[in-house]
Amino acid sequence: MYRYDQFDRSFVAARVAEFRDQVQRRLSGELTEDQFKPLRLMNGVYLQLHAYMLRIAIPYGVLSGRQLRKLAHIGRVYDRSSGHFTTRQNLQFNWVRLADIPDILSELAEVEMHAIQTSGNCIRNVTADHFAGAAADETVDPRPYAELLRQWSSLHPEFTFLPRKFKLAVTGAAVDRAAIQVHDIGLEVKRNERGEIGFAVYVGGGQGRTPMIAKKLRDFLPERDLLAYCEAILRVYNLEGRRDNKYKARIKILVHEKGLEEIAASVEAEFAARPVATANLGEAEIARIAAYFAPPKFASLPARSSVLDAAQAKDSALQRFVARNVSAHKAPGYGVVTVSLKPIGGIPGDATSDQMDALADIAERWSFDELRVSHAQNIVLPHVRLDDLPQVHAALAAAGLATPNDGLVTDIIACPGLDYCALANARSIPVAQEISQRFADLDRQNAIGELKLKISGCINACGHHHVGHIGILGVDRQGEEFYQITLGGAEGADCAIGELVGPGFAADKITDAVETLVETYLKLRRDPGERFLDAYRRVGLGPFQEALYADA
Amino acid sequence: MAARKIKFDWVAATANDLKGGEAVFRRADGSWTRAVAEAELVPGGEAGAALLARAQADHAANRVVEPVLIAVDPTTRRPLSLRERIRADGPTV
Repeated sequence: MYRYDQFDRSFVAARVAEFRDQVQRRLSGELTEDQFKPLRLMNGVYLQLHAYMLRIAIPYGVLSGRQLRKLAHIGRVYDRSSGHFTTRQNLQFNWVRLADIPDILSELAEVEMHAIQTSGNCIRNVTADHFAGAAADETVDPRPYAELLRQWSSLHPEFTFLPRKFKLAVTGAAVDRAAIQVHDIGLEVKRNERGEIGFAVYVGGGQGRTPMIAKKLRDFLPERDLLAYCEAILRVYNLEGRRDNKYKARIKILVHEKGLEEIAASVEAEFAARPVATANLGEAEIARIAAYFAPPKFASLPARSSVLDAAQAKDSALQRFVARNVSAHKAPGYGVVTVSLKPIGGIPGDATSDQMDALADIAERWSFDELRVSHAQNIVLPHVRLDDLPQVHAALAAAGLATPNDGLVTDIIACPGLDYCALANARSIPVAQEISQRFADLDRQNAIGELKLKISGCINACGHHHVGHIGILGVDRQGEEFYQITLGGAEGADCAIGELVGPGFAADKITDAVETLVETYLKLRRDPGERFLDAYRRVGLGPFQEALYADA
Repeated sequence: MAARKIKFDWVAATANDLKGGEAVFRRADGSWTRAVAEAELVPGGEAGAALLARAQADHAANRVVEPVLIAVDPTTRRPLSLRERIRADGPTV
């Protein structure tokens, strides 16, 4: 992974010292709230319903054991011995005191972490495929490019006051686990027929109150042009993006209002006008960054593990776990392990400090000291020997982290909702918990198969409901929580925005509605291989509407 | 119906504590408490506006952050909206 150099270290240390002074001046009354608020937001500090919230950047979701152990420590000392992993591959502490935040940031700096640009109208934490550098289906490791973008976008003087926030995502696999088509800029790293590296560039995707799928600006942008081209896009947006209406200020609105042709012409003109020598990304710089992401020294192993096969034959829990939570690795004899943070009835994305410590130990011992946070609010151990899976599974089970539900109906994405968030209109977590409990039976979950259920507590869509196979949006209807359902959303290469199925449901009826949808699917699917999403795409809303509203 | 309207037309001042960020409610003596049941309740309208002005003075004095008035049932001394009940009681999960 990337390691700070002297410049990075002194930059982050200076920023911590600056914020410590700002907090001190706020607490002493020298700064008013109006003066302080933009300063705290630049450092990831929000004021939520019950406390200050600190959002910590985890660049493209990559963590070492040492870093995760530090997050566990911070949770223990400054929070309630837990943390919450988010859909932007970040971590939020929900119960911190303002007076403690400078100390927390100092502790983070010790392990090369910070909270800069996790809020505000700037370029936010760059996200990437959580299987980067590990997945069997990967064409190019996206992390070096995510890191180049991170460095380029950190305190970029021209892009510190954009019309609105700006999010980039990078995938190196065509299957797209990074949801690039619902980002302001989405990048797919790929190779052309000559083996050269380049990028498919998408622009203007996003969720929120106006969900839009990104449009493709380039099919193959040469590698050297990555930063210059992104800069051209940002320049066009910075100049032409709307600043008169917060709800129309994202680049997706600009792309929509101008149309693909015109936005492409503006970007290409801006790109062409740049001095080539200064804008190009040099081979030496790419190689320097890529070296940080060199693959670990994988042992030469057979593709199948007899140790694992024997262990699975005796242990059905292990067998279920491997079948569901272990994905194909590029190196023979290794697997990519998804650690679900969605225990039945739990809070999606929450991990206790003890669990974080356990994960750090497991990663250090069995995964080359690497962990990832996925946008699905799970943790990934990217490089585990198949031979070691029985031990890894046992260690995860001991920490309460062996739920074998990756991609199943209980692997729910949910935003913090009205239980924590100052913007929310309805609760998300209790809805997720009730649905999780309703579908607790593993045989039933596996019979249903892949089903991505995502819940947001307001139209800002932090819970990604627009791209859920089943999406649930909480709204406030005359003081009561009400939940709307969308169907058919998808986040990958087959990206789609879900369609509203009909009138919403009261809080005590939403789980029944989800069950009705699932039962309807089970009755109409052609065979167990036809996923919920496939079946929906074949039959449309009709049968689901009939089942939901038959009595209405 | 008129009686019901008057009953629900009571307000308290709430804010977040500057140092800790926790939800707090203004007592009649001018101190701030975590317990909504201890909050000063006044009828909306002029009395409410005066209460908000006192709370805003506390904001200006850097004791609390962003005070607002919330509707409270004077019988149960519970906030009327779910959001404010969650602020008063903590997360429901």
